[in-house]
Amino acid sequence: MFLNQFLLLSAALFAIGVYGVLARRNGVLVLMSIELILNAVNINLVAFAAFGNSLAGEVFTLFVIAIAAAEVGVGLAMVLLLYRNSRNIDLSRIDLMRG
Amino acid sequence: MVTDLLVLAAGGAVDLPLGITEGGNWFLRNAWLIPLLPALSFVVILFFGKRMPRGGSELGIAVLGIAFVLALLTGAAWIGHRDNYHGDEIHRAVVVVDDGGHSGADAADHGSGGGHAEQSLAVVNTVTWFQAGGVEFSVGTLVDGPAVMMLIVVTLVSLLVHVYSTEYIQDDRRYTHFFAFLSLFSASMLMLVISENTLQLLTSWELVGVCSFVLIGHWWEEKPNSDAALKAFLTNRVGDMGLIVGVSILFFSVGSVLPDRFGSFSIAETNALASAGMLPQTALLVAACCLMAAVMSKSGQFFLHTWLPDAMAGPTPVSALIHAATMVVAGVYMIARLYGVFFEGLSIGGSSINLMAVIGGITTLVGACLAFVQRDIKKVLAYSTISQLGYMVMALGVGAWTAAMFHLFTHAFFKACLFLGSGSAAHAVHGFDMKSDMGGLRKVMPHTYRTFVIASIALAGLPPFAGFWSKDEILVGTGGWGLFGGTGGNGAYTLMLVMGMVTAALTAAYMTRCVYLTFFGEFRGHGEPHESGRRITVPLWILAGLAVGAGLLNMPSGFQLAPGSMQERFGHVVEPVAGYFPVISHAGPSWSLAIASTLVVLTGFAVAGWYYFVRVEAASAAAGRSLTELPDGPTSRYALARMGHTFLVNKYYLDHLYTGIVAGGTKGPVAAAAYRFDQRVIDRGVDLVGETAVSAGRAVYDKVDQMVVDGVVNASGRVALDTGGKLRKIQSGRIQDYAAILFAAATVLAGILIVIV
Repeated sequence: MFLNQFLLLSAALFAIGVYGVLARRNGVLVLMSIELILNAVNINLVAFAAFGNSLAGEVFTLFVIAIAAAEVGVGLAMVLLLYRNSRNIDLSRIDLMRG
Repeated sequence: MVTDLLVLAAGGAVDLPLGITEGGNWFLRNAWLIPLLPALSFVVILFFGKRMPRGGSELGIAVLGIAFVLALLTGAAWIGHRDNYHGDEIHRAVVVVDDGGHSGADAADHGSGGGHAEQSLAVVNTVTWFQAGGVEFSVGTLVDGPAVMMLIVVTLVSLLVHVYSTEYIQDDRRYTHFFAFLSLFSASMLMLVISENTLQLLTSWELVGVCSFVLIGHWWEEKPNSDAALKAFLTNRVGDMGLIVGVSILFFSVGSVLPDRFGSFSIAETNALASAGMLPQTALLVAACCLMAAVMSKSGQFFLHTWLPDAMAGPTPVSALIHAATMVVAGVYMIARLYGVFFEGLSIGGSSINLMAVIGGITTLVGACLAFVQRDIKKVLAYSTISQLGYMVMALGVGAWTAAMFHLFTHAFFKACLFLGSGSAAHAVHGFDMKSDMGGLRKVMPHTYRTFVIASIALAGLPPFAGFWSKDEILVGTGGWGLFGGTGGNGAYTLMLVMGMVTAALTAAYMTRCVYLTFFGEFRGHGEPHESGRRITVPLWILAGLAVGAGLLNMPSGFQLAPGSMQERFGHVVEPVAGYFPVISHAGPSWSLAIASTLVVLTGFAVAGWYYFVRVEAASAAAGRSLTELPDGPTSRYALARMGHTFLVNKYYLDHLYTGIVAGGTKGPVAAAAYRFDQRVIDRGVDLVGETAVSAGRAVYDKVDQMVVDGVVNASGRVALDTGGKLRKIQSGRIQDYAAILFAAATVLAGILIVIV
């Protein structure tokens, strides 16, 4: 096993995540894509921790997972409120903040 | 090898005595109970107050009563501890990073200086608050003379304000809420005074600010009240930034000399290192200036004092609490607490001018002058508070630490008495305007009248009232009095002496005006005013008694009329003589200065008294109604010009001063001539200045403002508009567009990073 295999996996996941965030219109799917990005980072952290003989990366990953859970909780609540208010969760049609 | 050893010895560890101990009496070690009790009562009143028979006020009063008793017991314990406790002192090993050859010596002869022979050991009790990155943050109590003094003052004034409030805000729609926050307010201030470290001090400082915001805006339904609350809070935020920066600077500069630690918030350590000259002077100067910004906002020093008169929008008991015991003296107390930092940072000893003394001196004058032009009785007192706080800051600035603390102590009583008295009068007439709502109240409100007059005399400082002793000590402490032998002190602050003297005269004059407008003449308001109930008058009398007697606690040393054991008791008990306190020298009292300052005060009384009690009284009799100023007096003429111009606000005070000093200073046959001189010459001069200013202003408006300034403003506006129009397209409001920009920018940055690295 080489480090770069993990990094390639992580980069691929990250790219998929970014694509999802930018291109998907469904709010829930965007949230899921954000999860992908976070997990790509987690893979990086764990990989470096495992190859660098340091626990810090793994500990950090635990924190990331915990906070990501909270973030998804808030995100889904926002999507729910969006749906209640405008009966749709298509992000491209929500432009209340347009300048 | 030999060289290495020598280097080690030169930069070696010095054992620095901090002047603190962890032993001592139970009350001194457990002073944290005093702020804890009101904090708990805050929670209980907030959640269960509405269900209590008296809406939670009974719990607040009971808890403050217990806290007051505890504070008194702590005070008694401290008096015993001060002279008799010689237990194990805590030392701190310090590596001197840059040993200039003197630091060690300074530290060695520390603790023996000052006017008092023996050392006092402050009692410290700490627990760990939290740990982060190997640095331990503690929370605890540092109980010494000033802390104990403040505990007693705060609990006493707060207790009386609680009792007073039960009548004053009876049937208020947020009665319970009010008492809950009074409790929290007291708790935060009590925690502030016994804070062991600057981080804790900062926390309680902010808490005090929040509570003042809530209480000033108690009647927030009316816009001016909520505006005033916001103004108080925001002005304080400006200074709070200074506090945060100052505290951070101190944290790191202390850490730079402690061998095994990253930094320290401990007040005792910071002060001890600063007093021993082990901290870099530049760091101390910058920190002291930052902390001064905090003091200026919290303690209403010129030019951040503007929130304080507006804060009068709150209920009167809150004003009394804010101005006498809790909020505004926090700044003064903070200087007193970190005095080592200020003393060294601003080089107070052996100088004749410094930032703190100048700010205090200007504030004391500015505040006293503005008190002349107020119609609202509470605003007179608010400006008076600004002026007196300036006195305290000035005293600290000239090195008269004990005098400043003593003035804080006496001022708390008579200013609380004045505020509660003004509230009692306003409660009776349903208004605060002295000119249109009050007048002649002495007949119907004898208790309020008597206590108000007593407190006014105490504020003006006539012997033997409390204000005289503390004010005189400050004037002596300036060290600027050279007549019949100098008085010593930390420097020759002659300018501050003059400022203090002038303020003493002004104070006497504006309090005479205030008393006349409120209590003399005929009643000008509506309705039938009557004396307030016992829950208002009893606190008034207690405070008035203290306003008379509190000054006797600190008779100057060498004051021949009192036995030696009565002299300087307050100074002996309150002033620390310890490693964490700088060595300050004490000025000797001077009979000639005491007599001179008394004469100055009497002059102020005489001038204002002559104007109001003789001239205005006569004019009122002639006019057949109760007047508040001379109908043909210069004050009534320029109402138009007054608007908008600070200059004209100043002019207003000048008018009083001129009619007062020029006319009143020369009694008898000369008075009429002087008055004519005032009317014709000085007023014409003032007229001329006013007219010139108006025409100059018009010219400036036409040429500079319309063409240059407006041109620039319009041009910049147009540019901003155009740019905005272009940038507007980016603001699509769609989250994914923003995300795309974000990722694009991140990609570009990553690319740059790769190319460079």
